[in-house]
Amino acid sequence: MDMQVSFLDRLFDAGLLIDTGVDGLYGRSGQFEDVIAAFERLIDRIGGADGAEAMRFPPGMNRAFFEQSGYMKSFPQLAGTVHSFCGNELDHMSLLKCMEVGEEDWTKGQEATDIVLTPAACYPLYPTVARRGKLPKSGALYDLQSYCFRHEPSKDPARQQLFRMREYICMGTESHVTDFRQRWMDRGVEMMKSIGLDVTIDIANDPFFGRAGKMLVNNQRDQNLKFELLIPITSVAKPTACMSFNYHQDSFGLKWGLNLEDGSVAHTACVGFGLERIALALFHTHGLDVKTWPENVRATLWG
Amino acid sequence: MNETIRELLARVGGLPVAVTELEDAADLYSAGLSSFASVQLMLAIEEAFDIEFPDSLLNRKSFASISAIEQTVAQILKAREAA
Repeated sequence: MDMQVSFLDRLFDAGLLIDTGVDGLYGRSGQFEDVIAAFERLIDRIGGADGAEAMRFPPGMNRAFFEQSGYMKSFPQLAGTVHSFCGNELDHMSLLKCMEVGEEDWTKGQEATDIVLTPAACYPLYPTVARRGKLPKSGALYDLQSYCFRHEPSKDPARQQLFRMREYICMGTESHVTDFRQRWMDRGVEMMKSIGLDVTIDIANDPFFGRAGKMLVNNQRDQNLKFELLIPITSVAKPTACMSFNYHQDSFGLKWGLNLEDGSVAHTACVGFGLERIALALFHTHGLDVKTWPENVRATLWG
Repeated sequence: MNETIRELLARVGGLPVAVTELEDAADLYSAGLSSFASVQLMLAIEEAFDIEFPDSLLNRKSFASISAIEQTVAQILKAREAA
């Protein structure tokens, strides 16, 4: 823990991250953003030729789609909903009084809007693709990036509450999407090596909630559904997941009605890059001053 | 026990086929048991038999068929008697 706090403090001191007073909610400096932009260009160079269709959504999604996704079944503890004041003038007066006195929680009267904070970049994609009708037999590939929200306050700079996830999402037959996932596991290792990062790939699971979640964890691990690419950031013994490789079988296909031209249910897989985590891994490995990073790493990132 | 398990499976399993049509050894996942439904089934079985599945038995294998569930429940009940 001490190491984590001190790395966060060093990032604050160097001005790379900006303290907001809330754990896991940070501003980023121009330098920090430049590293992320350079890494995203590297992703484009490796994956660009695959011809993925790019889409960008804001970091909020339609609440109805969020509900349909089943996220609350598995991760209620991580979700963030957007609430607003929807009252009249009288309600406004009571609200102001409540805030002034400060004894009661003024947010109690806030009402849910139609927007939920996006929990993973690919969530708005599935209903969007489903609306378009059947997928081509040869499958489909999408490129998304979004800020994502997870309610897990922490002093570990690699566990932020609002962070960016870049994703490629593949839809098609089982072999099509599992080949895609394997290809990105190989590419991921090569990419990280090319920027001087020490990586391992391991089987993984999502943080499912509660006792029922233990069963989902075991199922996910038994079936090799999730792998992570790990890089030491705040601990060598417990390296941080900087990429994840997920095979959803036909669960999203069934849930959202994603069908291929021949009528079969589409299988899906996604590959995600934790952009802040990768930037943090670079700063942790090569130092807080990018000018002192190894020449080959700088050349790979900035050409 | 077999009957209770079948009743619970019919109630929470969300299977597209009638539970009466299933053999004891039939693969429930091929029959359409989803990951989430298997969790619901696990919780319903715990309540019905007043047992708690240990972490080591919270896996797909334990819920793969009606006979697998019977064996798992019997194993938990036996361990409790022995304790």
